[in-house]
Amino acid sequence: MAENRYELNKQLAQMLKGGVIMDVTSPEQAKIAEAAGACAVMALERIPADIRAAGGVSRMSDPKMIKGIQEAVSIPVMAKCRIGHFVEAQVLEAIEIDYIDESEVLSPADDVYHIDKTQFAVPFVCGAKDLGEALRRISEGASMIRTKGEPGTGDVVQAVRHMRAMNAEIRRVQNLRKDELFDAAKNLQVPVDLLTYVHENGKLPVVNFAAGGVATPADAALMMQLGAEGVFVGSGIFKSGDPAKRAAAIVKAVTNFKDAKMIAELSTDLGEAMVGINEQEIELLMAERGK
Amino acid sequence: MTVAILALQGAFAEHGQMLDRLGVENFEIRQKRDLGRSFDALILPGGESTVMGKLLRELDLFDELRERIEKGLPVFGTCAGLILLAKDVEQGTPCFATMNLCARRNAYGRQLGSFHTDGVFAGDEKVPMTFIRAPYISKAGEDVEILAEVDGHIVAARQGNQLVTAFHPELDSDMQVYKYFMAMIEK
Repeated sequence: MAENRYELNKQLAQMLKGGVIMDVTSPEQAKIAEAAGACAVMALERIPADIRAAGGVSRMSDPKMIKGIQEAVSIPVMAKCRIGHFVEAQVLEAIEIDYIDESEVLSPADDVYHIDKTQFAVPFVCGAKDLGEALRRISEGASMIRTKGEPGTGDVVQAVRHMRAMNAEIRRVQNLRKDELFDAAKNLQVPVDLLTYVHENGKLPVVNFAAGGVATPADAALMMQLGAEGVFVGSGIFKSGDPAKRAAAIVKAVTNFKDAKMIAELSTDLGEAMVGINEQEIELLMAERGK
Repeated sequence: MTVAILALQGAFAEHGQMLDRLGVENFEIRQKRDLGRSFDALILPGGESTVMGKLLRELDLFDELRERIEKGLPVFGTCAGLILLAKDVEQGTPCFATMNLCARRNAYGRQLGSFHTDGVFAGDEKVPMTFIRAPYISKAGEDVEILAEVDGHIVAARQGNQLVTAFHPELDSDMQVYKYFMAMIEK
């Protein structure tokens, strides 16, 4: 992948900042999401809550379904491939997807190796629970990072944990002496040049979004106040009572994430939130896939 | 001099950093009460024009900003900001519609069509130009001055107090386009 292409891919993520990326399973849902103010949509056959309920092996979506969504909206369209499944990624690149999510929500295709994302022209977003995972994914070519909050649960606790862990580690790395970075890189199992960037800039070299378990405008604003640069909302919208209204409220809460008065208004009369499952009640922790 | 940056969605922070480098005071507009602060110019950043257009109306910013632009407030739109100012939009809905030109959204296709190049800006030196899922100007009225073209398409233009670029000067380190805008404000 040309150096220039990687820069352009990081820069597309910069354009998504301050926005909400919504999971959609049909052209109709994609249109609702676009009209509600989504800055991009994630095309997938089943939203994470249903993937979790259905069990079994979960794979890349049918290209026909993804193309239907690409035709329905004018905003960027993302799609998921399995961790390590570089042929699914090749297929998504062939249909000119705007961003590939190498995602733990789907069943991993490889339990050792992630995709070598430097071999692709299209950009990748990957999940990370902490700084080590984030920098490993970036060294493999990811041009955007998101938390690995537990998908399909409506429980924000894990996304919060990952965002706090990431930012605490970034602060720690910032405060190291330069000659301590080599040992820190060894311990984190990451390349020292990426760690040096974090040391000097106090942030990841790519955009960092929150994902997993965001179900309300207050959840979204919480993640923004904790340092997320934007938010993915999966099952939280189309598993709720009034998707269009909830989606629009989450979009506004992300823009004005520090204005409690406005978030109070936005949280009013939204209808039923997705039911949700607590972290302790689930058998499968998707965040443990791919480290 | 104080420049306000529309900060509803997109790459608004990058514009703030460029203005900081020039030593120009700036602040973000996220809601109606931010319009109460005094400012001499406005930047409309890159991002998704559909999102910004919707939030401008729902957060009740649209009427006042449109009126100020029509009355001569210097405004600089990049990428999505260009679309917000265009009178006509192919594959999209016009927003402020204060600039006499037609913008073609996603004119270079999807992300695989994004590219970086150099081009002459305002008849001067070459500037770096980064196009991210960018539009171009497919038609410009007679009162619009064309400032840059790439492959035969208009990618920067000015009409009185309004400046637009299809590319993102906030993503490169070159200051020429900002200096051009600063000169517009000072006049």
